[in-house]
Amino acid sequence: MVESALKLERARYERSALVEWLTTVDHKKIGILYFWTSLAFLLIGGLLALLIRTQLIVPENTFLGPEAYNEVFTMHGTIMIFLVVMPLNAAFFNFLVPLMIGARDVAFPRLNAFSYWAFLFGSLLLLSSFLFGAAPDGGWFGYANLTSSRLYSPGLNIDFWVMGLQVLGVATLASALNFFVTIVNMRAPGMSLMRMPVFVWMTLVTAVLILLAFPSLTVGLVMIMFDRYFGTNFFNPAAGGDPVIWQHLFWIFGHPEVYILILPPMGMISEILPTFSRKPLFGYTFVVFAGMVIAFLSFGVWAHHMFAVGLGPVPNAVFATTTMLIAIPTGVKIFNWLGTLWGGAIEMKTALLFAASFIAMFTIGGISGVMHASVPVDYWQTDSYFVVAHFHYVLFGGSLLAIMAAIYYWFPKMFGRMLDERLGKLHFWLTLIGFNLTFFPMHFLGVDGMPRRVFTYSADMGWDLWNLVASIGAYLLGASTLLLFVNMLTTLRKPADAPADPWDGRTLEWAIPSPPPAHNFDVVPVVRGRDAFWIEKYGAEEVVGPAPERHGAESGHNPHNSGSGNEVGHGSSAGHGQAAHIHLPPPSWFPLTTAAGLTLMGAGMVVHATESLASLGFPIVGLGIAMVVVSLLGWTFEPIHEESHA
Amino acid sequence: MTRGRLWKRSLVVALLSLLPVIASGCAVIGGSPQSVNRPAGDSMRKIWDLFVPIFWLSVLVFVLVTAILLFALWRFRRRPGEDRRPEQLHGNTRLEIAWTMVPAIILAIIAVPTLSLMFELDREPGPDALTVRVIAHQWWWEFQYPEYNVVTANELHAVVDRPVRLEMDSVDVIHSFWIPRLSGKRDVIPNWDNVLIFTPEEVGTFSGQCAEFCGIQHANMKFRVIVQTQEEFDAWIRQQQQPAAEAPADPLAARGRELFLTPANACIGCHTVAGTQAQGKVGPDLTHVGSRGIIAGGVLENTPENLARWLRNPQEVKPGNKMRLPRQLTDDEIEALVAYLRSLQ
Repeated sequence: MVESALKLERARYERSALVEWLTTVDHKKIGILYFWTSLAFLLIGGLLALLIRTQLIVPENTFLGPEAYNEVFTMHGTIMIFLVVMPLNAAFFNFLVPLMIGARDVAFPRLNAFSYWAFLFGSLLLLSSFLFGAAPDGGWFGYANLTSSRLYSPGLNIDFWVMGLQVLGVATLASALNFFVTIVNMRAPGMSLMRMPVFVWMTLVTAVLILLAFPSLTVGLVMIMFDRYFGTNFFNPAAGGDPVIWQHLFWIFGHPEVYILILPPMGMISEILPTFSRKPLFGYTFVVFAGMVIAFLSFGVWAHHMFAVGLGPVPNAVFATTTMLIAIPTGVKIFNWLGTLWGGAIEMKTALLFAASFIAMFTIGGISGVMHASVPVDYWQTDSYFVVAHFHYVLFGGSLLAIMAAIYYWFPKMFGRMLDERLGKLHFWLTLIGFNLTFFPMHFLGVDGMPRRVFTYSADMGWDLWNLVASIGAYLLGASTLLLFVNMLTTLRKPADAPADPWDGRTLEWAIPSPPPAHNFDVVPVVRGRDAFWIEKYGAEEVVGPAPERHGAESGHNPHNSGSGNEVGHGSSAGHGQAAHIHLPPPSWFPLTTAAGLTLMGAGMVVHATESLASLGFPIVGLGIAMVVVSLLGWTFEPIHEESHA
Repeated sequence: MTRGRLWKRSLVVALLSLLPVIASGCAVIGGSPQSVNRPAGDSMRKIWDLFVPIFWLSVLVFVLVTAILLFALWRFRRRPGEDRRPEQLHGNTRLEIAWTMVPAIILAIIAVPTLSLMFELDREPGPDALTVRVIAHQWWWEFQYPEYNVVTANELHAVVDRPVRLEMDSVDVIHSFWIPRLSGKRDVIPNWDNVLIFTPEEVGTFSGQCAEFCGIQHANMKFRVIVQTQEEFDAWIRQQQQPAAEAPADPLAARGRELFLTPANACIGCHTVAGTQAQGKVGPDLTHVGSRGIIAGGVLENTPENLARWLRNPQEVKPGNKMRLPRQLTDDEIEALVAYLRSLQ
C-alpha cells in the first residue's frame, strides 16, 4: 500500500510544470512564487520612483503632468508597501519558517496557496488600473474626503485602489493566521519558544500585528466604498461626517504596518549577523522581547502621523510620549546587533555587508523618527521632504537592505546555487552610495521647506540642486538593482551545486540539502538548544533547558511527521524506508479558483463604477461570489488522504 | 590584493564620496524662501531652537553607533584562510540594562522641552491679536478680516510683532496651512475650525503653500504672507475697504467691466466684485484684485501678461483648476478684461 501511495503522489507531482506551480501547496514553492512575483513588482515600483525623480530633476519640468505624477507617486508607495516589501517578507516566511522550526509544511498548506493567489490577483487588479488610464491618485494613505467622495475623485482611480487593497488584505490576513498557527503548533520536538530563531519570533510577532491591524484598514476601506458606491456619509463633512475618522482608522493600521514591514527584516538581520560573526545573537531574550514591546507600543502611536491635524495638545502629548518610548526597544536591538558583531570572527560576505549597513542606515531613520516625535518639530517636518527622507531610511535603509542581505544569504538554500560574490559586492556598494545620494539630500530639502507630493516647484525656490542630486542618486540606485537581477539570472543558469551549509549556519534550514527536498526533513529533527544546527555540529558549551522528551513532545503534533531518529536529519543520510511514510498534502486547484472568485468580486465593483458598463458590475460580483462558494465547497470536500482510497 | 584590502579600500572610497555631499549640504541649505533655519516668526524660531539640540544629540548617537559598527567590522574581521570559532557569548545583562537606560534618559531630555513648547504654541494670544479667517479652496486660499470687513485671496497681510490668530476652515477637502519661516503646519479640515497662532517678527514677504495632498493641483496651492508695520497695514486695510471702482474712466476698462458683468460670460457666477451684481462665492473675491501681487493660487505674478495668459486658457496654466470659461475669449476681450481687473485697485 505504501508503494502504491508513493507512486500515486509521484504521479501527481509529475504533471506539467505549469500545472504543478498553479496547484502547489508546498510552502517552498509558494515562497518562491512570492519571491519572484514581488521582485517583479519591485521593478515596477522602482520604475515609478525613477519617473518621480525624473519629473523633479529640474524645476517646472513638464515630463509628467500633475495627473500622471499623482498617479505615479500613489502607485509607487502602494506597490512598494503592499506588493514588494510585505510579500518579500512573506516569501521568506514561507520558505524559511517551516524549515527553521523543523516542520514539513505550514499548518494550512492550501490556505497558504490561497494567500499567494489572492495576493497575485489583487495586485493585478490594482495594476490593471494603468491599462484603463485610471491608476489610483489619492496617495497610498488615501485621505478622505478627497478619496471618499466622487465629487473630488471622479473616475475609477480610487475604486481600483479600494478593491485591490481589500483583496490584498484578505490574502495578508489568511497568511498571518497560517503562520501564527504554524509557529504555535508545528515546532519540532525540543523547539521551545525561547529556542526559536529570532526570524521565526519576528514572523510570529508580525502575524499578530497583521491580525490586529489589518481589520482596521478593512473597515476603513469598506466605509470609503460605501461613501463612494452607496451614498453613505461616513467621511462627508457636508452631511455631518468627519474625514478625520479615516485618518484614525488608517493609521491604527498604518503605524503597526511600519513594524509589519520592519520586524521581519530585523529578524533576518538577527540570523545573518550571528552566522557571519560565528557567534550567537547577543542578548537573544532582549531582542525577542524588544520586538514584542515594539509591536505592543505600535498600537498606541498612530496619532503621531496626525500631529498637525489639531487634535489638541493633550492627545498630542500622549502620542509623543508613546512614540518616544518605542525608540527604547529599537535602540536595544541596535546595540545587541553591535554586541553580536563584537568579538566575532566576521566574514565579509555580501550578505554581511548588507546586514551591517542596515544597522547604520536604519539608525539614521530611527533617530529622525525621534525628531518627529517631538511634536513642535513635527509641525515643521511632517509632510515635508524631511519625512520622505526619514521613511526611506526606514523602509529602504531598513527593510530593503535587510531583504537584500536575506536574498544573498538564503538564495543558495532556495535555489541550490551561490550568488556571485564579486557582483554582489558591487551591487552592495552601488546600492549604499546610490541610496544615500538619493535620500540624504531630502533632509536638506525638508529644511528648505519643500513639501511632499508636489509635481512641480518653481525655479526661485532654491530646491534645484538637491533635487538634481537626489535624481542622480536614484538612477544609480536603479542601476544597482539591475545588478541584483543580473546576478540572480546568471546564477540560475549555472548547475545547482550549493552545499547544504555554505555559510556555517546555525539554524535548522542548513541541516538539509540545498534546495531542500519536497518533504524537507527525512527525519524530524530534535532540537537541543538555541542555534539548533550549530549545536549539532559543534556541541553546546551549555545546553539551555532540559533535554526534550521525544515522545512527549510528539503527542499532539502533526501526525504526518513520523520518524524516530534522535538526531538532526542530514538529508540523504536518513533511511529511505522512513521517507516513504511521509505524506505530503496533494496539490489543489481550489486555492487558485477561490482567490480568482474573490478578485472577480472586486473587479465587478470597479465595473459597477464605470459609466458604460455599470449594469454588468453586480452580475460580475455575483459570479465571483458563486465562484468562491463553489471553490470553498470543493476545497472542503477535497480528499487529502487520497492514497487510502487507492 | 587581498579581499580584505579590497573591501577596506572601497569602504573608504564610499565614505569619502559621501563627505562632500554632506559638507556641501550644510553649506547650501537655507537658501530657499521657505528655509526653516531662518525663522522670521516666534513659532518657527522656538521650533528651530528646539530642533538644533535634538539634531546634535542625533548626530552623537549616529556617530557612536557607526563608529562601534565600523570598528567592530574592522577589528573582528576574519582574515582569508582564517578559521576560528570565537567564544559563544550569549549576552550580558548589565550591558542590556545600560543600553536600555541611556536611550531612555536621552528621550526624557527631549521630551520635557517638547511638551512644554507644544502647549506654549497653542496658548491663546492677548486681545491685541489680529484675527483672520482662512478658507481653503481647491487650490487657492481665501483670507477674511472680520473686524475690518475685508476679503482677499492668496495674500495674507499681517503686522510685525502683533500675534495673528488664524481661524481655518475648508470648503472642500483637507488642506494644511504652512508658511515655513513663520510657523509650523496646521491642517485645514472642513468643519473643524482649527486655530493657528503665531507672531511674525520680521517685515517682509514670506511664501507658503498647502502641505496636505488635496488633489491634482496640490503643488500649486501657494500663498504669501506680507508682514507690514502697523501703519502700512492700516493703509492697506483702508484701501481694501474702499468700494470697487464704479465704471472706470478708461474706455477699455469700461468695456472690460461690461464683459465681466455680462451673465453669459459666467464670470459673476463664481467671482465677487463688491458693489456690483457679481456676487459669486466659488472663486476668489476680485474686488481689489489689481492690488495683489499674485494670482491663481500663487502660480503667476499679477502682471497684465499673466492675467491675459490666464484668461486665454486657465486650464493650460493650471490643469484641473475649477475655472472653466464658457467660450474662448477673443484677444480684444482679454485685453479689455485685463484692463478692468488691473483697475480694481
